[in-house]
Amino acid sequence: MTISLTAPAISARAVRKSYGEHIVLDGVDLTVAKGTIFSLLGPNGAGKTTMVRILSTLIPADSGDIRVGGHDVVTDPDAVRALIGVTGQFSAVDNYLTGEENLRLMADLRHLGRQAGRRRIAELLERFDLTGAARKPLSTYSGGMRRRLDLAMTLVGHPSVIFLDEPTTGLDPRSRRTMWQIIRELVTDGVTIFLTTQYLDEADHLADYVAVLDHGRIVAEGTPAELKRRIPGGHIQLQFAELDALRAAVSMIPNATPDDDQLVMQVPGDGSIASLRRVLDELDDARITVEHLSIHTPDLDDVFFAVTGHSAIEPATRQEEEALQP
Amino acid sequence: MTSLACTFADSATMLRRNLKHQLRYPSLTVMLAAFPIVFLLLFVYVFGGQLGAGLAGHGAGGRGAYLTYVVPGILIITVASGALGTAISVATDMTGGIIDRFRTMAISRAAVLTGHVIGSLLQTLAVLVLVAGVSLAIGFRSHASALEWLAAAGVLALFAFALIWLSAALGLAAKSVETASNTPMFLTLLPFLSSGFVPTASMPAGLRQFSEYEPFTPVTQTVRGFLTGGPVGMHAIAAIAWSAGIALASYLWAVRLYNRRRAAEPN
Repeated sequence: MTISLTAPAISARAVRKSYGEHIVLDGVDLTVAKGTIFSLLGPNGAGKTTMVRILSTLIPADSGDIRVGGHDVVTDPDAVRALIGVTGQFSAVDNYLTGEENLRLMADLRHLGRQAGRRRIAELLERFDLTGAARKPLSTYSGGMRRRLDLAMTLVGHPSVIFLDEPTTGLDPRSRRTMWQIIRELVTDGVTIFLTTQYLDEADHLADYVAVLDHGRIVAEGTPAELKRRIPGGHIQLQFAELDALRAAVSMIPNATPDDDQLVMQVPGDGSIASLRRVLDELDDARITVEHLSIHTPDLDDVFFAVTGHSAIEPATRQEEEALQP
Repeated sequence: MTSLACTFADSATMLRRNLKHQLRYPSLTVMLAAFPIVFLLLFVYVFGGQLGAGLAGHGAGGRGAYLTYVVPGILIITVASGALGTAISVATDMTGGIIDRFRTMAISRAAVLTGHVIGSLLQTLAVLVLVAGVSLAIGFRSHASALEWLAAAGVLALFAFALIWLSAALGLAAKSVETASNTPMFLTLLPFLSSGFVPTASMPAGLRQFSEYEPFTPVTQTVRGFLTGGPVGMHAIAAIAWSAGIALASYLWAVRLYNRRRAAEPN
């Protein structure tokens, strides 16, 4: 395989896809550098899964130029398939086999050979903490164990580009942390990860680069830090003991928004010490007692709201998912 | 590996997978075997005395004569019943998540279907041996030579191969596993409308013509000819022609459905 060292792991230009009248992807451009975690962030129905299915050769785009590892997904799908590993949203494991047999199946299909296959299987079982359950049927596996097996199956052939489509959806918080740890370790081995998620904190924790997808378009992209810098979502929140104190404080501080029920006041700002001190000093001079103070730096939730005009958790149209079911 | 070696290796991997499924969850195999055995016992012990009395030109009549007459029909219904399992296992696979995993891997395109078809064929052959064993145990006797047994097995295997491809196509055409378990049911009805259980001559006009020309009759007559005597020649030619025709048409249909399901796929 000849892959230029400088070529991106994934590049997509003007990708369009629609199902009938319903436009799922409306001219998506993206580039993923080698050895990084790229996160495609968006609500349900934004087109994330469709994008993964196109990049992983499962479905063709209506138009656009798409390369994975330098290979065109349309003209050379087998070269792409030899490079990639895909762990989808729905578990792609064989329920009638044991964990070990599932990995064996992957090793055989990757033509690893007996010895190399056995070594790789033992290594992955160990790494994903599945050695104890290796010979048990999948019906005894928990949701977290199935996801780990699913990912282990993806890794059998040492893929250099890995697609993870909502890898932690439906997992409990502890299993989620475990998955995050595993995903981080993968990148230290030099693989490239294309991750879709609807969890902002997941993208924030894992991704080197984030693209926000909404209604089939990339509405913002950058490193998590860059995105947060672009958003003026930071503020300090002051809590008061009584309504009079709140009223007095609001009259003094410009741009403050009060919440009479909660007895709190929000003051927009960048969270710097200087601005914080200025507000506190003014209140102190007026002998207004602040009960509690908290500082909010903008998170990706704010980013999402700012760039899409709606919250990330808003249940968007399910049309995309339905359209995918044949 | 060359692409031919890859196709072979991947098909063998998929075959191993399907055989493991059958061994691990034998209930489907048990059902496919129970069906013809129940019919064998039912037709021999419940209906056999009466039906045997009506057999003209098939020995002395009675239950023993009917046993001799019906065993080829039972073997054919075993083949039909064996094919039912293919539609179910193919449809189960197509509706599961693992098929998408296979599609994103650089594996031979035909391997998934080949694994199912060969797996079902081996399953059917195993059940055929079992059903033949039960037939012998309850008193079926054949004058056939080893070569004639082998010829009968060959005809049955070829016909099974054809029906399994047909069933695989029906499994691919089905939108759900439930549909897939129903659509090939007609395959188990056709043996009753053939010479398998009663001579076609005893049927009313119309039905008789249908039964004489439907594929199950020449296959039954060929197996009957090899095992218990009777003319084989024209029946064998018709049986082989039907089997080859059904196999080829079903194969083409199955591959088309498989590719269309992945219409999706840039290839």
